[in-house]
Amino acid sequence: MKTIKYTGLFIFLIGLAIFTASIFTGSFSLNESELNAFISSKGYKSEIIKDELKKAVVNNKGLNIFEFSSGIRNAYQASNNYYDGLIAKYDAEKNWDKKGEQFQYKIYGKPHTLSYEIAKKAGSGFVKDNAGIMWWLTFGLAILGALLFILPNFILLGNKGIKNNGIYLEASTNRGWIAWLVLIYLVSFYLLLYFLPDYVVNWTYILDPISEFLNGGAASQWFVYGFLYCVIMLVMAIRMYIKYRHNKYQVIRTTSVLFFQIVFAFLIPEIMTSLNMPGYDFKNAFPLDYDFFFEWNLDSLKNSGAVGLFILVWGIVLTLIIVPIMVYFFGKRWYCSWVCGCGGLAETLGDPYRQHSDKSLNAWKLERWLIHSVLVFSLVMTLVTLYCYFTGAQSFLGINSQWIKDTYSFLIGAWFAGVIGTGFYPIFGNRVWCRFGCPLAAYMGLVQRFKSRFRITTNGGQCISCGNCSTYCEQGIDVRAYAQKGENIVRASCVGCGICSAVCPRGVLKLENGPEKGRINPTDVLLGNDVNLMDLVNQK
Amino acid sequence: MEHIVIIGNGISGVTTARHIRKLSDKKITIVSAETDYFFSRTALMYVYMGHMKFEHTQPYESWFWKKNRIELKKGYVKTVETKSKTLHFANGDALQYDKLVIATGSKPNKFGWPGQDLNGVMGMYHKQDLDNLEEYAPNNKVCKRAVIVGGGLIGIELAEMLHSRHIPVTFLVRESSFWNGVLPEGESAMINREILENGIDLRLGVNLKEIKADKNGKVKSIIIAETGEEIECSVVGLTAGVSPNIDFIKDSEIDTNRGVKVNRFLETNIPDIYAIGDCAEQHEAIDQRRPIEAVWYTGRMMGETVAQTICDNRIEYKPGHWFNSAKFIDIEYQTYGWVWAQPKDNEARFYWEHEDGKKCIHINYDKNTREFIGINNFGIRMRHEFFDKVLTEKRSINYVLEHLSDANFDPEFYKLYEPEIVAKFNQENNTNIQLKKKSWKRIFQTS
Repeated sequence: MKTIKYTGLFIFLIGLAIFTASIFTGSFSLNESELNAFISSKGYKSEIIKDELKKAVVNNKGLNIFEFSSGIRNAYQASNNYYDGLIAKYDAEKNWDKKGEQFQYKIYGKPHTLSYEIAKKAGSGFVKDNAGIMWWLTFGLAILGALLFILPNFILLGNKGIKNNGIYLEASTNRGWIAWLVLIYLVSFYLLLYFLPDYVVNWTYILDPISEFLNGGAASQWFVYGFLYCVIMLVMAIRMYIKYRHNKYQVIRTTSVLFFQIVFAFLIPEIMTSLNMPGYDFKNAFPLDYDFFFEWNLDSLKNSGAVGLFILVWGIVLTLIIVPIMVYFFGKRWYCSWVCGCGGLAETLGDPYRQHSDKSLNAWKLERWLIHSVLVFSLVMTLVTLYCYFTGAQSFLGINSQWIKDTYSFLIGAWFAGVIGTGFYPIFGNRVWCRFGCPLAAYMGLVQRFKSRFRITTNGGQCISCGNCSTYCEQGIDVRAYAQKGENIVRASCVGCGICSAVCPRGVLKLENGPEKGRINPTDVLLGNDVNLMDLVNQK
Repeated sequence: MEHIVIIGNGISGVTTARHIRKLSDKKITIVSAETDYFFSRTALMYVYMGHMKFEHTQPYESWFWKKNRIELKKGYVKTVETKSKTLHFANGDALQYDKLVIATGSKPNKFGWPGQDLNGVMGMYHKQDLDNLEEYAPNNKVCKRAVIVGGGLIGIELAEMLHSRHIPVTFLVRESSFWNGVLPEGESAMINREILENGIDLRLGVNLKEIKADKNGKVKSIIIAETGEEIECSVVGLTAGVSPNIDFIKDSEIDTNRGVKVNRFLETNIPDIYAIGDCAEQHEAIDQRRPIEAVWYTGRMMGETVAQTICDNRIEYKPGHWFNSAKFIDIEYQTYGWVWAQPKDNEARFYWEHEDGKKCIHINYDKNTREFIGINNFGIRMRHEFFDKVLTEKRSINYVLEHLSDANFDPEFYKLYEPEIVAKFNQENNTNIQLKKKSWKRIFQTS
């Protein structure tokens, strides 16, 4: 069994290595007509960029992606520098007409995005020519290896039941060197994905056939991300099924997040795209879906007829009506640990790291400041955006609409939710984003805390303060602090994953939706002691 | 300001301190020789098993003590001088108190076995035992086999601990079936099976004769009394029960027997000295309880109570209905009320076991009045509040079975066995009890 396991690990690492190494392969060049077609499709008026790009990419030097990218970015820079020079010159000459003319020649957007777009057309090589083989060598091997690594647990973990043996003795799950390597890999992955997509253009080639099958177009870096996300969740869900096979709540919950990720977040938007509709994830509620009210999205929905209108209405109803009503009846778990994609990854890929969330009081304070700040940030951003959308203004309340959107997308959307949220799993636990950053979680948390039937019931006086519940709470709730006082757990941040209840050795915790009355039940003396004493102390 | 000194930073002592602080501004000092901070003793096993780090067993962050003005003193109390109200420490320090609470807990029993103090022989009670185990049994290369002597709760926990690190375990149990002084036959047999299924070499009905040493004074093997069999091993765990840890007051004027003798107010024979938790011994047992109760929950309850008395609300220790819980490897156990190993004359029993052999319930009730007396539940969680209320209201077995759905505390979506259980009872007893649907209204009436 152990041999199978370690063979699996080896195969997985080979798959991962090939996947990673594929970045460095292939050569990139365009012919002149392809370049001209691209430039006219972008509507560039600058002559400089044409010449510079031609020099950079129309050659048969067999450039790798890094050289190719650098050439394009230099061309971009050279062109903009040239016109910036002219602008400065005419500005000094006070030649306003001439100065004004120059702006049309400037190129906007991110250099790496431009580079990605050209590279996507310009690549050739083994990866692009053999997408099928490459899929098997990367995804195929990694999936096979991971399954070989995971499936023997069915035997190795022993009889069904909670088997957290060795979690704090292993370098992978106890913040050891393996955990740090995983962190570096994940962070690098997100940095490439968000900020340097051109460098990973080879990955998109591997998935081009699948993308074309699903939506009729070539794969983008976001398709790669979405596909990878589903694959990782699926494989790690199998791990969950084995680990918690005695616990039906965990089995059903895992199936649910997996279903919503694969069908709602991945397949439906892809199919919609293939039908010329805006690709929309029907479960992704604002304000987690922070660009729902961005101009480009509103315009796109407006131009998509009945479907667009339906999405617009659905999006608003989801956030304003469905979300709070569901939280009232079931707690925010219905979303965070049953439906959400971020939560889905946290509950599958992140499960081995759940114990790393900080349980200190200070962390709780930080959490409340941060998450509610992000909520306010997202709401202000949306307010400014909508005001500017309807009035045509550039800014509102002294806040520039484009600036606040860019800032939010960069700081919250990319860094917080992605790089930190997932990249830091192995060290800070699997719910960093959900606990400290997600504005939707903040909104649902307020409902859950003040108006909901959900609570974790503490079973009378049965707690022995062992600390398993607190240790394995991914949201950093000190569950024990409540349980050892015989008090129900009613907390804004609880995502209802149910692991505290699962790991409790004495059957003390149960997630329940019940009457609001008596939901919060502070006690000083616990059940089991003298009835008169309990009355005396608890009813003061 | 009155100075309350508590010896022992376990659940009893710490509960006392917390409640005194809630009720008063008295100066509070907790003395411990074991650790700097309070930790959950019952969780030590999870540290060895790698489920948690030691710090996770500490329920309060270290700022808690300062914030609540509870002073912590690390030191070993050697003697108590009751006349001058002074504690003398092993290092020569002294500490004055106005009121003293003795909450020193237990120590593992040793019955004078030859070799019981060798290196590699240990109990599983103190933090130091955990450190010892880590030294002598870090893995199955250093520790080729471990022998555990004594089949109680700590014994099976130690077996599970060693098993988690793939160390072969031989488990010597004096009784003919595991813990059958407490558990009835069905439950006891279930746990025997659970132990064997985990590959633990369970030996029932045997006693330890002696522990043999190698030339370095370390454990080499043990001899079984009944068969004379010699079993090679690197570690011996002595888990044959615990007894009060009160050697340091044996020479004082405080009245002791096995434990520190206390009255129902948890007062000793010396004014202003109290004893609580594992180390306290009631003059007369309360209800059906034992005079010494070495249980987490009773320690906590005594702490809750004695704090009232110390803060001028003199109150008797009157524990409510008996309850307890444990986990036997993968099988959770809870009990409410009394289910003796052997039924008493007036008692009737109802036993249901699931076909997988890992879940059962055992109900004890009065033959004549049909009053519910207690329940053991294995592999199924039950609501404490439900049974506490049932016992207070002296409900019948019929009432309990009718409302069994209200009692269930398993996680959502778990398969419910109540219909099967009630059907079995009806069949065996020729009754027609109808299971009621779970009702939130009834469940939450109590709170």
